[in-house]
Amino acid sequence: MSTTKKIAGAALAAALGVTTLSACGGAAEDKTAGASDAPKSKTVTLVSHDSFNVTDAVLKQFEQESGYTVKVLKSGDAGAALNQEILTKGSPRGDVFFGVDNTLLSRALDNGIFTPYEAKGLDGVKPEYVLDKEHRVTPIDSGDICVNYDKAYFADKKIAPPQTLDDLIKPEYKNLLVVENAATSSPGLGFLLASVGKYGEDGWKDYWSKLKDNGVEVVDGWEQAYNERFSGSAGGKKAKGDRPLVVSYASSPPVEVLYGEPQPAEAPTGVATGTCFRQIEFAGLLKGAKNEEGGKALVDFLISKKFQEDMPLQMFVNPVAKDAALPELFTKHGVVVEKPENVAPETIAKNREQWVKAWTALVVK
Amino acid sequence: MALPLAFFGLFFAYPVAAIVGRGLKTDDGWQFGRFGEVLARPDIADVLWFTTWQALASTVLTLLIALPGAYVFARFEFPGKQLLRAVVTVPFVLPTVVVGTAFLALLGRGGLLDERVGVRLDTTVWAILLAHVFFNYAVVVRTVGGLWAQLDPRQEEAARVLGAGRFATWRRVTLPALAPSVAAASLMVFLFTFSSFGVVLILGGPAYSTLEVEVYRQTAQLLDLPTAAVLTMVQFAAIGGILAVHAWTVRKRETALRLVDPGRTTHRPRGWAQRTLLGGVLLTVALLIVLPLGVLVERSFDVPGGYGFGFYRALQDAGAGGGTFLVPPVEAIWNSLQYALAATAIALLIGGLAASALTRRGGRFVRGFDAMLMLPLGVSAVTVGFGFLITLDEPPLDLRTSWILVPLAQALVGVPFVVRTMLPVLRAVDGRLREAAAVLGASPLRAWREVDLPLVRRALLIAAGFAFAISLGEFGATVFIARADQPTLPVAVARLLGRAGELNYGQAMALSTILMLVCAVSLLVLERLRPDKTSGEF
Repeated sequence: MSTTKKIAGAALAAALGVTTLSACGGAAEDKTAGASDAPKSKTVTLVSHDSFNVTDAVLKQFEQESGYTVKVLKSGDAGAALNQEILTKGSPRGDVFFGVDNTLLSRALDNGIFTPYEAKGLDGVKPEYVLDKEHRVTPIDSGDICVNYDKAYFADKKIAPPQTLDDLIKPEYKNLLVVENAATSSPGLGFLLASVGKYGEDGWKDYWSKLKDNGVEVVDGWEQAYNERFSGSAGGKKAKGDRPLVVSYASSPPVEVLYGEPQPAEAPTGVATGTCFRQIEFAGLLKGAKNEEGGKALVDFLISKKFQEDMPLQMFVNPVAKDAALPELFTKHGVVVEKPENVAPETIAKNREQWVKAWTALVVK
Repeated sequence: MALPLAFFGLFFAYPVAAIVGRGLKTDDGWQFGRFGEVLARPDIADVLWFTTWQALASTVLTLLIALPGAYVFARFEFPGKQLLRAVVTVPFVLPTVVVGTAFLALLGRGGLLDERVGVRLDTTVWAILLAHVFFNYAVVVRTVGGLWAQLDPRQEEAARVLGAGRFATWRRVTLPALAPSVAAASLMVFLFTFSSFGVVLILGGPAYSTLEVEVYRQTAQLLDLPTAAVLTMVQFAAIGGILAVHAWTVRKRETALRLVDPGRTTHRPRGWAQRTLLGGVLLTVALLIVLPLGVLVERSFDVPGGYGFGFYRALQDAGAGGGTFLVPPVEAIWNSLQYALAATAIALLIGGLAASALTRRGGRFVRGFDAMLMLPLGVSAVTVGFGFLITLDEPPLDLRTSWILVPLAQALVGVPFVVRTMLPVLRAVDGRLREAAAVLGASPLRAWREVDLPLVRRALLIAAGFAFAISLGEFGATVFIARADQPTLPVAVARLLGRAGELNYGQAMALSTILMLVCAVSLLVLERLRPDKTSGEF
């Protein structure tokens, strides 16, 4: 037994040695040669959800100018990533957290995971997005959750596509809409909140029972709704989706163009601009951060023009900086949502769970 | 014994206890009253009931469909057998996201079944059950078939010569010998389907929810730790119950079997009955496994205007037009392989040591240890992942941002498989052989090398294959454990599917196809591995 253990131990050491070496090989590539003469303690860590993305060159430029090396940690979707930060409050895994949106903002603030910091350049951010006056969080981007429609379907049927929430309960749009489960999907929740914003805390249930009578279909997540059930997306066409209306994002049509093979001259899908809920994403300096100075520099960088202009094509969201120009893809194929629906973050935090429960009982069961 | 215990204590028991403690302990002490509150909720009762019956149904269905397959793979020789054995194992490692997509393409609206027969099965229980069979077919074929191939056919022949009929022979010779591995396989399938997550989420629609889905929702989304803790304890209790039943049924059954080289027991199918059986099994495999996989492959080549490699070419450039990754998706393959190698090494070491310890000792304590090793299968990835967060945060063990955490978590799930696969074979090794070797002057090590190793080598390779495959396809833990940007294949697929646009969808299908290939090739290589008999190291 003991000799077996020795051999096994040696084998493990060898195996781990090999993998550690190869892992080090990977790590070595991350250290860009000649990036800076900064010592290793100058690492700043950004914790985020899986959708965070930035162009390499943009990040490298920040590293060169600031002398910090940026490490990005991703951990699950927006809700899961934030909850992990709340759990590790006081002993965080990084210095800055990116990805709290307005539906989760109150939970983050109530749990006190952020240190107040007024970012340099905050006066360049559209004031309507600065929701926390204590500056525990800084707005970084915004995006709209809206109903998308399949242009070809409505052109074929010679029906005008719906534009508002009220349109969706009209008989000509019966059995056309697919939405996501509000309990498990963030666009699903966003669309529920849009109805709360429009019809109020008393009126939204009535609206949903009309939607249900009008044949709304509920699936679990965005992938399934958009890529399997929606007739206007590339994936949906292949899967023979037969629902020409889906809850997605205002940026989905430009994305369809960008990833079309070949790229179409015009987006195959459109946005019903009267059905939208606006999501705003924030970043904050984590309480107990090991590198607070670096964290501050990183937050400043996130609202800098350079990063703000890189964001739309990396994460398909809109910048919050006034001077950030949108890429051509967005100006050409995107829409401007003039009047998104809104619900105050504290109202969302207080009622979210009971709304979702009531919604589930009403629509799913 | 000490090393597996330490490993489990540190990376499983402690984190899980900590997160459960968070939920159940307040400043006023333990709040056991919460059990009553949570379990009295009708929605929770629904979840419990659904979880249990769908797991039972899935297990029975899997056994019915897969046992003939196990026999065919064990006893028949036919062209392409090695390849097919690898193919049936592929589903086991596919991320549920991919499987869900494939099954929707088959069973959903406008899917193959809908076009041909006009039947839709998505958002029904049937879709969930079929997907579970698809996933777990290999578990039965490999665990039961592995032993079946090594049963000495002369025992059956002897029974026949002594006048037993075909059925009596099967009932009194073959079945008792197979029972431990059938029980082990059923147990694994049950545990897997009991804690099913992705399949239920995607195919079941929002109306069905299992305990695992509920724990995930309560922990990751709602941060309702008390409810999550209660549900985790319920999961524990359920698994404890299953394991107890299992232990009770097999305790008296494991006898020393005469194991022979599998090459000696196979033969070409003779006569119409055997040929029909082979044909039936091949047809089942084609419909149940090859078809869903084929749909994915077909879609990965289905570029606009015909078929081509367009999506595969697109995988190589990072950030063309704003890619999803800081690295090209192709690099995810390399990441996955590294993690899988590390996870396999850890799982084999821990599982191997545990299995030998279990073989050599008896008694209640050891049986408890055996059951403990199975627990990670039934505890949701999110519980373990969140447990890591609040426990492994002190130097020298601040592993929260370390890459080793991913293979460690994957190995936790792999170890039970290694133990389950090795144990029946190890126990079946006749101790007298070892004694004989010792009497003849062999050192314990040499005795182990000359006696045990040749007999268990096959089981070891199968176990390694399982551990490797689990790591390749593992998605739950990998998603929760924060890592610097090194996406594994399943994570990369999920991210691609999470974006609009034809190119992303196509790339997701292409990457899934690559994942299948990587897995099939790794499994084939493992099966071919024949360590040199003269070297004592492996």
